[in-house]
Amino acid sequence: MKKIWLIVISLCLAAAGAAQAKEAVRIGLICPLTGDVKTFGESSKNGFSLALEDYGKTGKYAINPIIADDRNDPTEGANSALKLITQDRVIAFVGPLTSKVAIPVSEIAAKYRVPMITEGATSPKVTVYDGKRKLSVFRACFIDPFQGRVAASFALSDLGAKTAGILYDVGNDYSRGLAEVFKSTFEQGKGTIIAYESYQKDDVDFSALTTKLRAKKPDLIFIPDYYNKAGLIARQLREKGVSAILIGTDGWDSPELPKIAGNAIIGGYFTNHYSPERKDRVAQKFIDRYRALHGAVPDALAALTFDATMILLETIDRVGKPGTESITQALSGLKNFHGVTGTISFDKNGDAVKSAVILRVEKDGPRYVTTVNP
Amino acid sequence: MELLGYILQQLVNGLQLGAVYALIALGYTMVYGVLRLINFAHGDIFMFGSFVAYYLIAKWQMPLPLVFMITMAATALLGLAVEKVAYKPLRAAPRISLLITAVGVSLFLEYFLSLNAIFTPNYIAFPRPFEVVDYDLSLVAITNIQLIIFSVTTASLLLLYLLVYKTKHGRAMRAVSHDHETAALMGINVDATISFTFMIGTALAGIGGILYAFAYPQINVFMGIMPGIKSFIAAVLGGIGLVHGAVLGGIVIGVSEVCVSAFLSSTLRDAVIFVILLLVLLLRPSGFFGKRREKV
Repeated sequence: MKKIWLIVISLCLAAAGAAQAKEAVRIGLICPLTGDVKTFGESSKNGFSLALEDYGKTGKYAINPIIADDRNDPTEGANSALKLITQDRVIAFVGPLTSKVAIPVSEIAAKYRVPMITEGATSPKVTVYDGKRKLSVFRACFIDPFQGRVAASFALSDLGAKTAGILYDVGNDYSRGLAEVFKSTFEQGKGTIIAYESYQKDDVDFSALTTKLRAKKPDLIFIPDYYNKAGLIARQLREKGVSAILIGTDGWDSPELPKIAGNAIIGGYFTNHYSPERKDRVAQKFIDRYRALHGAVPDALAALTFDATMILLETIDRVGKPGTESITQALSGLKNFHGVTGTISFDKNGDAVKSAVILRVEKDGPRYVTTVNP
Repeated sequence: MELLGYILQQLVNGLQLGAVYALIALGYTMVYGVLRLINFAHGDIFMFGSFVAYYLIAKWQMPLPLVFMITMAATALLGLAVEKVAYKPLRAAPRISLLITAVGVSLFLEYFLSLNAIFTPNYIAFPRPFEVVDYDLSLVAITNIQLIIFSVTTASLLLLYLLVYKTKHGRAMRAVSHDHETAALMGINVDATISFTFMIGTALAGIGGILYAFAYPQINVFMGIMPGIKSFIAAVLGGIGLVHGAVLGGIVIGVSEVCVSAFLSSTLRDAVIFVILLLVLLLRPSGFFGKRREKV
């Protein structure tokens, strides 16, 4: 009899202890920690951990994070998403950050109705496909139709370009989508596209295209691709003696870019989600902490992942009982979230409506040039 | 005049690419000659060459002649190991088993070398040991990288030619390519000759890897796949098993790739290459030069 009482008492004590400790909640992060855009993944992971650290001080739940490496490969990304959802049973996840991986992953998230917030995938196809909204998918960044327009308008009015060449990766939705928007905007603004050339993901020899561009002499060349490819192309353009201004997109934002391109990329411009020179309380605090921890200025992907993760964590705290359904619903009504990269509200497609900045590549890193509002 | 310059310039670009394809195609063709095997791992051995050169230059700042010698030795050893481990036990097996093994070796090399502890799956910037200099010859401009590629390729070809047609080893290789049994009856060590051929072929892939990394200074473990396929097409085009066929095939593929991008559309480039392959296979299944059975 005594024994039974002992067991009952110890069980009660254990239950009380469990009630005091925070309830555990699993969330995931999918990012490319290796492969051709690995600096994106590294920044993303850093931003993610900082957000978890902040939340840990005041948050209601004990977060159990699971990080998956997608290698910037759509198949790998889809596998990671399936594993996170079906095996690890996360209630929501952040990422993937490139459009080519986020598009197939968003299909999976929508199918299992698990909330997903991508921090950096800018292709419209991530949240809406064929006119159909993927209900549980959100993003913390602007979309490419806007980004391409910003780049083209900047080229026309601020740089005074009359003629432009475009080089894009035909197999990448992100690159191709931006090239199309840039082309139509530039032509509407009375500019002429004198070269519209594509290449494949694995190409390294651009000599035919660079020789062509040298003969056509455009004022400016638009290269909407990730830093590795853009750097290689920039270098071959300069080696062939092409002196046109180079302009790119958020895929250029990596400390690796000047290492690959050398001096070829100095003086080029690119559109981005935020500038580390941004004067803002939240941003400044984040930048100082990041710099103290990692010894580098946070790039856009670190900041965006921080924002996306914070949005998710605050939503988890806000809903009564965190589950995939309640979080999706709460996210749909998100208004005026004050983040590092700006004020974020989700529109009817789950896309953030935000301003873009233009940065110039300098020897010691990108410099702020101007801000463009939607 | 300007148009002529433009055309010539694009031809030079094509030759640069073609010369590297030719070096890789030679390895395919030589191995096919002695073993009737399409060594799908050849593109990966080429990649291995680029990585060895990367470590020699970036980590140990070795002078160029040494880089070439050590890289060739390293790729030849890898080729030898692949042959001994994967292909030799299958010498009596049906050819389809060999082919499947070759695909397996290729995947093994790619994914094993992409482990974080080895080469990592990342893209790595290859540090060129010299600056690019552009020599303007009024009509066309030639860079020092192109000059290096042309001269190294030509020198390798001449040496290979001498080896195959003027030495005893070369005669053994040619004999083995005709018939293993008869060659063995004539007192030729067939296994040793096959291994030797593998080493020569993979050493050439090593040179190709260095030159490729000089021209396009970014390397990763999957970089060998596309050049591997293109060079394989080049070897088939010229007549697989034939040394001069591989060289001509490489140059044809390189020049047509560049010309399609330059004069038609860059999107059509690979489609045109594969159409060329299909046409050759339909009209001349044995390639440009492949009418007689003279093989190495």
